[in-house]
Amino acid sequence: MIGAMHSPSSILPLSVRDLTFVAGGKTIIDRISFDLRHGQRTVILGPNGAGKSVLLRLCHGLLVPSGGSIVWGGGQPHPERRQAMVFQRPVMLRRSALANITYALKLAGVSRAERGMRAHAALAKVGLDRLADSPARVLSGGEQQRLALARAWALAPEVLFLDEPTANLDPGATRMIEEAIAVIHANGTKIVMTTHDLGQARRIADEVIFLHRGRVLEHSPAARFFDQPATPEAAAFIRGDLIW
Amino acid sequence: MSDISAAFVTALGLIARLDVNLVEIVALSLQVSLTAVAVAACVGLPLGAAVALGRFPGRRVLIVLLNGFMGLPPVVVGLFVYLLLSRAGPLGALGLLFTPSAMVIAQATLITPIIAALTRQVVEDAWREYEEQLRSLGVTPRRAVFTLLWDTRFSLVTAVLAGFGRASAEVGAVMIVGGNIDGVTRVMTTAIALETSKGDLPLALGLGLILITLVLGVNAAAYVIKEAAQRKFG
Repeated sequence: MIGAMHSPSSILPLSVRDLTFVAGGKTIIDRISFDLRHGQRTVILGPNGAGKSVLLRLCHGLLVPSGGSIVWGGGQPHPERRQAMVFQRPVMLRRSALANITYALKLAGVSRAERGMRAHAALAKVGLDRLADSPARVLSGGEQQRLALARAWALAPEVLFLDEPTANLDPGATRMIEEAIAVIHANGTKIVMTTHDLGQARRIADEVIFLHRGRVLEHSPAARFFDQPATPEAAAFIRGDLIW
Repeated sequence: MSDISAAFVTALGLIARLDVNLVEIVALSLQVSLTAVAVAACVGLPLGAAVALGRFPGRRVLIVLLNGFMGLPPVVVGLFVYLLLSRAGPLGALGLLFTPSAMVIAQATLITPIIAALTRQVVEDAWREYEEQLRSLGVTPRRAVFTLLWDTRFSLVTAVLAGFGRASAEVGAVMIVGGNIDGVTRVMTTAIALETSKGDLPLALGLGLILITLVLGVNAAAYVIKEAAQRKFG
């Protein structure tokens, strides 16, 4: 069923094999293997320092693996052009909210005529249309993160990475972000998100990758992960115990 | 004491009635230094940003050189440009020695490292904040340079102003390559040096007052603009 939504040149599935990342003599990602398919919202869960953010950056091409392989869609060239990423702390340029989005579209090679239209549409989707002309960096934290989401959305990516997108936000702003993620998912974009927030993982995840000390301890459908975790570490994490 | 106060009064008189000689010198000073700043900014801003973002062999040496050249002695720069432009020098055929153009070249040489070094610092700090986001958006190195220059524009005003301050205040370089020729290459600093040694304190003092007022005024204006812009754009 899901396969029907694939375009012939889709960058999915993603297959990661024996992925390793070493920095400063410390192994942060330790021989990880998994596959990600289209359609499911994947949440990478784990305690702080588990390597979640690094894993996301490796998949997105911001970091270069020390070992192993990351293959998109059986070897599609330039997969990063069909991806977008929202970071924990939104980075906005010193220009208007709208101009931040048109800038991203320009880099993506979107024609001038189309940029404004797409940027306005993306702003409207996250409820920021009335702030289109406001300087982006004076918006509140929650508004900036919604703007970051709109910027990613405007690019119409096949895969959207989100790295702890609500870690710095209050519950109201968190809810708006989660609602927007739900709509983006419904429109056919693959969601890959990290969080250390169990409640958020329960609300969003279709499947969970549980990461601990740079290793994948579990990769299972969300319902099974939360009801019957297969490892003591995951069980402890779900109970709310401190694990490290 | 009375000498000084008398000189002050005469100096203010010269300024008040816009003495032709005085105005001519001030106008040439501004023309030379502002042109030098424009030239140095065109080279120094992109150069500083490129060094900030680039990863190439010899980068550290270049950074040390740029920082070190911020303190270039103006007379040495003057001597160097003199050798280049003198009749026997490699650029002697251009016939630029003892013209305002030679003075622009000397001052631009003097302040390009200042603007480049300060720009490098500002842009490198910004790049640390922006790098992942911009790379995620697929930025090319060339585009990143101009994006960062534009995004740090309010901080870079300070870098350009530092260059202007240095150019308008230096005397050694313009003295050597300009020659302090009355009505042709005489600027505020060379005139102050000459008039003081001749004992014409009022003209020297008047020029000194104008020079300080100009530098203060330009910096104050830039500060106000920068503050307002930063409040507006964050």
